Amino acid sequence: MRWPGGPVATALRVVEVTEPDTWVDLTAEPLPLAEVVAWATVPGCGGLAVFVGTVRDHAEGRPGVVALEYEAYEPAAQQVLSQIAGEARRRWPEIGRVALLHRTGRLAVGEASVVVAVSTPHRAEAFAAARWCIDTLKESVPIWKREAWSNGQAWSPDAHPLREVGSGGGGR
Amino acid sequence: MVVFLGPAREAAGTGRSVVPGTSVGEVVASVRARFGPGMDDLLAVSRVWLNGAPADPDAPVGPDDEVAILPPVSGG
Repeated sequence: MRWPGGPVATALRVVEVTEPDTWVDLTAEPLPLAEVVAWATVPGCGGLAVFVGTVRDHAEGRPGVVALEYEAYEPAAQQVLSQIAGEARRRWPEIGRVALLHRTGRLAVGEASVVVAVSTPHRAEAFAAARWCIDTLKESVPIWKREAWSNGQAWSPDAHPLREVGSGGGGR
Repeated sequence: MVVFLGPAREAAGTGRSVVPGTSVGEVVASVRARFGPGMDDLLAVSRVWLNGAPADPDAPVGPDDEVAILPPVSGG
């Protein structure tokens, strides 16, 4: 189901909605996972794929990771998240709703750093689009991760040269 | 104005700096000259954006523009 854009009247107010079926955000607050799942669930879509990235307790050569700190280039990072959502819709026009939210600041082990949710009429497209979104996010959004572990702290060596959204393959 | 992000901020020892240059390429050359070999290695693998978007080295830069040095990314 695709909601129309333009002014949406509610009982209390009129709000201008430009991308009612896309939710992107960078936030220092805990990611609202339950809200994302509820929001992405729409009547015309029978498949909802959700990917949640969480802080792991180890990294390559770095045992005992205790925290990660994410730094984003704002507002550019948020604009790239929007580009990814737009490109996902171009590749999978059947997408109902798409959410891409990334956390910033210091996170403890187990906390969610990123959530991707995509709803489509059938599951195959939801899985494929969500996979493409997280893979693209990891190589095209200007965000950097600093790791604090048992013996020190440093930027993550698991980094990718920044790519423009849509410049790579994958998807369809 | 040049903005240094993530590892580039650490290499520069600052998040922001004003360096000479009237094009993206000239600004990058000034950054290279001012911040030494650590920054040199990082620039080799970094992208350079102008006002929040990718830019060519010959793109003009004025006093109100923001050049950003973006090392390899590690979000997700």
